[in-house]
Amino acid sequence: MVTVSILTMFGLGLVCAGILAAASKIFYVQENPKVAAALELLPGANCGGCGFAGCEGYAKAVVTDPNVPANRCVACPKESIVALGELTGKTVAEAEPLVSMRRCDVNNGHVVQRYVYHGIPSCAAASVIRGGTNTCAWSCLGFGDCVQACPFGAMKIVDDIACVDIQRCTGCGLCTKACPRGILELIPLRSRVCIPCNSRDKGKAVMDACKAGCIKCGKCVRTCPAKAISLVDGRIEINQKQCLEYGPECGQACVGACARKILRPIALVNAPVKENAASASDAGDNENKEAANA
Amino acid sequence: MDVITIFISAIFVNNILLAQFLGNCPYLGCSREKSVAIGMGGAVVFVTIMATLFTWLMQHFVLDTFDLGYLQTIVFIVVIAGLVQFVEMFLKKMMPSLYSALGIYLPLITTNCAVMGVAILVERKGYTLITSLLYACGYSLGFLLALLLMAGVRERLDTCRIPKMMAGTPIALVMAGLMSLAFMAFKGMAQ
Repeated sequence: MVTVSILTMFGLGLVCAGILAAASKIFYVQENPKVAAALELLPGANCGGCGFAGCEGYAKAVVTDPNVPANRCVACPKESIVALGELTGKTVAEAEPLVSMRRCDVNNGHVVQRYVYHGIPSCAAASVIRGGTNTCAWSCLGFGDCVQACPFGAMKIVDDIACVDIQRCTGCGLCTKACPRGILELIPLRSRVCIPCNSRDKGKAVMDACKAGCIKCGKCVRTCPAKAISLVDGRIEINQKQCLEYGPECGQACVGACARKILRPIALVNAPVKENAASASDAGDNENKEAANA
Repeated sequence: MDVITIFISAIFVNNILLAQFLGNCPYLGCSREKSVAIGMGGAVVFVTIMATLFTWLMQHFVLDTFDLGYLQTIVFIVVIAGLVQFVEMFLKKMMPSLYSALGIYLPLITTNCAVMGVAILVERKGYTLITSLLYACGYSLGFLLALLLMAGVRERLDTCRIPKMMAGTPIALVMAGLMSLAFMAFKGMAQ
């Protein structure tokens, strides 16, 4: 019985192995070994920041399509991108590292809550009920849709407001898509100044709702020597490319000109907000000092 | 037993996941999203029917003929594993669209006990080839149904406030238990 069993299994194994060996020859599919090598270089986070369906999609595209540049991955380190360029024979243009920035300062602005929300804890759900809980309809709701969306753990909710961990943020832009109010925006990591207000309301309405909101006085627009700041569709936009090209000679004139002291460097916007700040400008000063001390 | 009764009872009354408790690993592992559940369920339907066909032929033309019934388990394992490998290669070449649709789920279910379980149950019940295939079809559709229901519930769970200690797998296991209890209501409809 033992001999028969062993012989049977041996025979069965042999038959299966033979069939599989034959099948692997008959059904052999030519696969580009470069795709596997490219996939090896990518982080495997499948964040979609490159615009393709996951890392595998991009690996395939970068190897097969000559028009797809090798620097599309925002999440992998620079060495990997250089290696990817060498692998695919493409020249790698230096990609500007981007970072997510929150265009809202609702805590410093002491925005009043109009009602208490007890529904599904999601910004998308809360924002549809009478324009959200805050008096400002452009403000961060703090339920953390962006935290859920971030594959790199770079977003967190501190004091009911979304904060970006610049060290971890890769600039993939998933949070900007997740935010129902478009508060999060991708800007170059080198950016010298940013505006943490997203409101398109008129100056008076902003002043009533928020102590840290942009009232569109236009001082920064007039002050900027590089003409990088403009009022677009009712809110201030900074053309970071123009600003960076001009260089630091202006001494950040816009920061000095800002009537409400809200224009400031990105590091100060993303830092966790102190809760008991006396007023918006004080809070801004405190943060400045903290940053200086650090 | 009536053929239709066999089919219906395989889906609902003797649901492979919720009444027989076979193949519970993908039940928890692949039920996070509906799209994943459909992919996995589809692959199981495909492989179960294929595996039942080949193991039935193996049982009746090799094992029974040479009186080797005691080798059933190990032979079925080898046959199913080999078959899945073969089917994977075949699909990659001949039907790339189906191959990419089944994706990673095809190799994952090589050693799934639900597939193996159906192959052995069919033999124990002594069905004919046609009935066996119908039975396998019903069972795997039951698997797909249970997986899809679970995925639907778990997608809803994502938006609920769940106590931290219960979040994730614990609440999923509780859900699985409740769903199994619900399916017990079909008991008595058929054997």
